[in-house]
Amino acid sequence: MKITLRVWRQKDGNSKGKFEEYVAEGLNPNMSFLEMLDVVNENLIEKGEEPIAFAHDCREGICGTCSCMINGKPHGPENGATTCQTYMRSFKDGDVILVEPFRAKAFPVQKDLITDRSAFDSIMQSGGYITARAGSCQDANALPVSKEIADLAMDAAACIGCGACVAACKNSSAMLFVSAKAGQLNLLPQGQPEKDSRVTNMVAAMDEAGFGNCTNQYECSAACPKLISEEFISKMNRDYLSASVKGLFSAKAL
Amino acid sequence: MAVTGFILFGFVIGHLIGNLQIFAHPDKINAYAHFLEALGPGLWLIRLFLLATLVIHVWLAAQLTLENKAARPEGYQNQITMRATMASRYMRVSGVIVFAFIIYHLLHFTVRKTHGPEAYPNTVLIDGTAVRDVHSMIILGFQDPLISIFYILAVGLLSWHLRHGLVSMFQSIGWRTRTWSNALNKIVLVVCVTYFLGNTLIVAAVMMGQVRIQNPQLAGYACRTDCEICGLHNAAKIVETDDVPIDNQS
Repeated sequence: MKITLRVWRQKDGNSKGKFEEYVAEGLNPNMSFLEMLDVVNENLIEKGEEPIAFAHDCREGICGTCSCMINGKPHGPENGATTCQTYMRSFKDGDVILVEPFRAKAFPVQKDLITDRSAFDSIMQSGGYITARAGSCQDANALPVSKEIADLAMDAAACIGCGACVAACKNSSAMLFVSAKAGQLNLLPQGQPEKDSRVTNMVAAMDEAGFGNCTNQYECSAACPKLISEEFISKMNRDYLSASVKGLFSAKAL
Repeated sequence: MAVTGFILFGFVIGHLIGNLQIFAHPDKINAYAHFLEALGPGLWLIRLFLLATLVIHVWLAAQLTLENKAARPEGYQNQITMRATMASRYMRVSGVIVFAFIIYHLLHFTVRKTHGPEAYPNTVLIDGTAVRDVHSMIILGFQDPLISIFYILAVGLLSWHLRHGLVSMFQSIGWRTRTWSNALNKIVLVVCVTYFLGNTLIVAAVMMGQVRIQNPQLAGYACRTDCEICGLHNAAKIVETDDVPIDNQS
């Protein structure tokens, strides 16, 4: 199959970028989107041109490295799939495909389609951990967790931190990411000691990084390759409110 | 936004219920308006509280918009919408038009400056109290089809604004959960449609002549006391049972 790519090209973070067109011919419909980009890059290298820079790692939809806004939707046209798990059969022969980097103040473009998503790391450092007892292993099942809660925590833990929620949100809000990361720990008994500080610190780190605010449109959830529900945002709001109220009345350190 | 929105929602529902009294005898709504006006400083406290709530609501919305615009300095060439409802995407448009309407509405019926003095008549209640004739004022206000259409449009946009706002309110404080998010969505839809129809009913009833001016000075005739169409017979009963002014007893 043959497609025309309109790709964002930008030399580095300080340069101005622009769209460029490339025609890719003789593609196999069973190639992934990234394999198609590999083919385009091979041709560019042969012609002595700069290949298109794009982020990728596992190529099996679990690492969250690949990104790209493909035809106006993060990770392309499929529902619940990452860019690496999007195949050329999702497009029609002769299509023009628009490929842009994720856009957000907190995700500055580094080169072409690569964005710096380390803002997510600072959010994780602010509260995405639990205190664990040092020493030998605890007995298995020493802490009972109900099936419902375990399932819900697993749903939140499915987040691969790709940033599609930020990219899809009209306000570049990271609420779905933060709520999934805070939610998975806040649901479980292991996460209880830091529950309140986790939610307040992670929300503060999110605001600090320059993400927008949530206006409850749930584009994030629709774009999420792991289909994480906006229900976790509601849970985070609830936890945040409860932590703030408790903070008002809690004893202060001497 | 959620808290101020909830207060304003509470107000518009109360306001609608108050306004629906136009379908009863004129004395009903006139006495109600007189009661509110007689609260004096209390009324001003309520008015200032509501105005402050509205200003904070608009202020927060503006702040939210600026922050959100700043969060994406460089936009996309193409971005599709997957799930966001039209109501949620046009909150600013509906909000700004409703805000403009509120200013006009206050000038029209509260400050009473958009029309000449003939649009703001007075009357006396059945017990002899001199009051503003709010009943006739509303009917006179909706004589102009342009104004009536503006009112219907504004409440339509407000209902649309509430369609997103009410669900959003629950999400923002964490009360929208999987268990009942679908039920909440349907309840809000019913509330918004009912709110719109309730308001439209008043304007439509006036425009179609179902609610008429009953002020004898304006209508050119006095109502008969035995007529049961608009509930005056109830008022007549009040005369029999309640305190009757001395000059009527003779």
